[in-house]
Amino acid sequence: MKLGILLPEFEPLPGAFTAWRAEVDAATWRLTVHQVWESGGRLLALWGADTGKTPCVHVALVFAGRLLWLSLPVPGQEPEYPDLSDLFPAANRMQRAAFDLLGIRARGAEDKRRWLRHGAWPVNEFPLRRGFDAARRADPVADEYAFVRVEGDGVHEIPVGPVHAGIIEPGHFRFSIVGERVLRLEERFGYVHKGIEKRFEALGVHDGFKLAGRVSGDSTVAYAWAYAMAAEGASGLTPPARALWLRALWLERERIANHLGDLGYIGNDAGLGFALAQFSRLKEDWLRSNERAFGHRYLMDRIVPGGVAVDLSTEAAALMREDILRLRGEVTRLSAIFDEHPGLQDRLVGTGRVTRELGERLGMTGMAARASGMPLDVRVLFPCTPYDVLQPRMVVHEGGDVAARAAVRFDEIFESLGLCGRIIDELPEGNTVTLFPAPPDGAFGLGWIEGWRGDVFIALEAGANGALRRVHPHDPSWRNWPVLEHAIIGNIVPDFPLINKSFNLSYSGQDL
Amino acid sequence: MYRILKQIARTGLVTETPPQADERYRLLSNRLQQAVLRSFAGALTIRQVDAGSCNGCELEIHATNNPYYNLEGLGIRFVASPRHADMLLVTGPVSRNMETALRRTYDATPEPRLVVAIGDCGCTGGIFGESYASCGRVSKVIPVDVAVPGCPPTPLQIIQGILTAIDIRTAAG
Repeated sequence: MKLGILLPEFEPLPGAFTAWRAEVDAATWRLTVHQVWESGGRLLALWGADTGKTPCVHVALVFAGRLLWLSLPVPGQEPEYPDLSDLFPAANRMQRAAFDLLGIRARGAEDKRRWLRHGAWPVNEFPLRRGFDAARRADPVADEYAFVRVEGDGVHEIPVGPVHAGIIEPGHFRFSIVGERVLRLEERFGYVHKGIEKRFEALGVHDGFKLAGRVSGDSTVAYAWAYAMAAEGASGLTPPARALWLRALWLERERIANHLGDLGYIGNDAGLGFALAQFSRLKEDWLRSNERAFGHRYLMDRIVPGGVAVDLSTEAAALMREDILRLRGEVTRLSAIFDEHPGLQDRLVGTGRVTRELGERLGMTGMAARASGMPLDVRVLFPCTPYDVLQPRMVVHEGGDVAARAAVRFDEIFESLGLCGRIIDELPEGNTVTLFPAPPDGAFGLGWIEGWRGDVFIALEAGANGALRRVHPHDPSWRNWPVLEHAIIGNIVPDFPLINKSFNLSYSGQDL
Repeated sequence: MYRILKQIARTGLVTETPPQADERYRLLSNRLQQAVLRSFAGALTIRQVDAGSCNGCELEIHATNNPYYNLEGLGIRFVASPRHADMLLVTGPVSRNMETALRRTYDATPEPRLVVAIGDCGCTGGIFGESYASCGRVSKVIPVDVAVPGCPPTPLQIIQGILTAIDIRTAAG
């Protein structure tokens, strides 16, 4: 069917939410994306695939309350497709990654620098092509990377990383500064590229959940759920209601755990060590409850295609109720301390500000977007079970600064505590898992879950006999890292750790 | 300020008894950390290097510093430079893109240069294994004294691994 003003014929893709898919030619590709862009739509993800015949480039878009998936075959010796980064700047790095992994080039894109390839595999070979030998080890050749240089009186550069000063993932930051003030920040990532997408190809559809849960460890529930949703969509399976409600319980518990940790570090990076001691204590209590009730501190491998691997016992439910009550009291007290601490507020307010207009132009998403007044939350806009029943309140703040990103976290902790309580009270009876049938060869499935950081998206294509042909896990960090480059402009270098922490983006999730 | 003090008093002391080195990871554990730390003049410094992890291990390494485990209370501290470090705490698998950075970090670390590999991936390559993009376990790239399995290992297991590495080196010389 046709969707409004959009040109191609779309086919509905069944699953936990309805998506629309169309295979297009190059002209329609560009035209459709242009129409989406003009009407205020968003780009969610862009990735490539080589599933046998010709390589393909895919883009997922959000437009008029629908998720659209366009696929464009790109044949030839030097396959090319029309560039989208002039419309959606976030496409820049995704297109460069698609070239590194598949050798498909965005025609007309200005930025042709490599993104994920630093020299670990030969220049003219592409790991996600069918014929590429995943086990092969080539000799590393150190690549030159042309950072954009800022020149002028008194400008100098500070290179930081990949190995950072703290306990943090590796990546490179190049600051151009005058005195203490940052004129420009340029990021270079790809250091933790460990071949996740190629690894998926060696796994079965059912077994892929473990790897999905380790794309970005801090979001293991969000990834595992998105993966299960995609696999179940491809199989045409709806898991038992109790399983879906338990998944939501864990997703909210993951959100609370990460927000607690971040609030501690935000306070600490602004010089309030007290906050770190308090919030890390609360986070530890929370993780221990996870361990007691479900057998894993971070809830890894609890979600499986077809349902969940553990149930909630009556004793655990009672424990959680107490936990929720206690944490609500503790966070209320700490929230008041944050609000009334002039030294802390002085560091948070106005620091690392991203306006709504800038955020929309760059395609910001998730928790950081909501702190800049952008009402984006998959749980609210595209609710799957049980969020259609729970109807969570979307937390939005207008400030766009570190203070606003802290405020969103406080409010989301309270909202998620409420959701956890309701899930425990209203949890449907019944099975927690059903037999997962292998999806038909060539079946597609999508998963889309609002993790604590933002929306995690997974596109899956099944192969023959229950194998995986292609999985693309997409982290919200792809769209928010470029925003961080803008958030720091005009701020002082010592505020970078604070601003960076207020976004807390994933390296592993985007390096894959 | 009053609220902060009140909250501190209300929280009290939550730090738990530190663990002894675990036999599973090698060698004996006959002394507690004080005796062991004497060979490091009472303070051990650690440089953590994420050489390709999913960031799950980092969460638990962070947790070793929370008030329950209070690693710093044992005289063990995370530092910003390998040049200030006695020990590297490395999570893996070592990605090909981090191989050089990890080697350079190791070279920049002064003796005794203890290395503890953290997590299933650091121990064996884990779920990511070895591939065009991954070197696999940490010991494929630099020498490792102790490897702590787990996905991720708990803070207690990590602390036990650190103590075990100190024990081994003290016993050796």
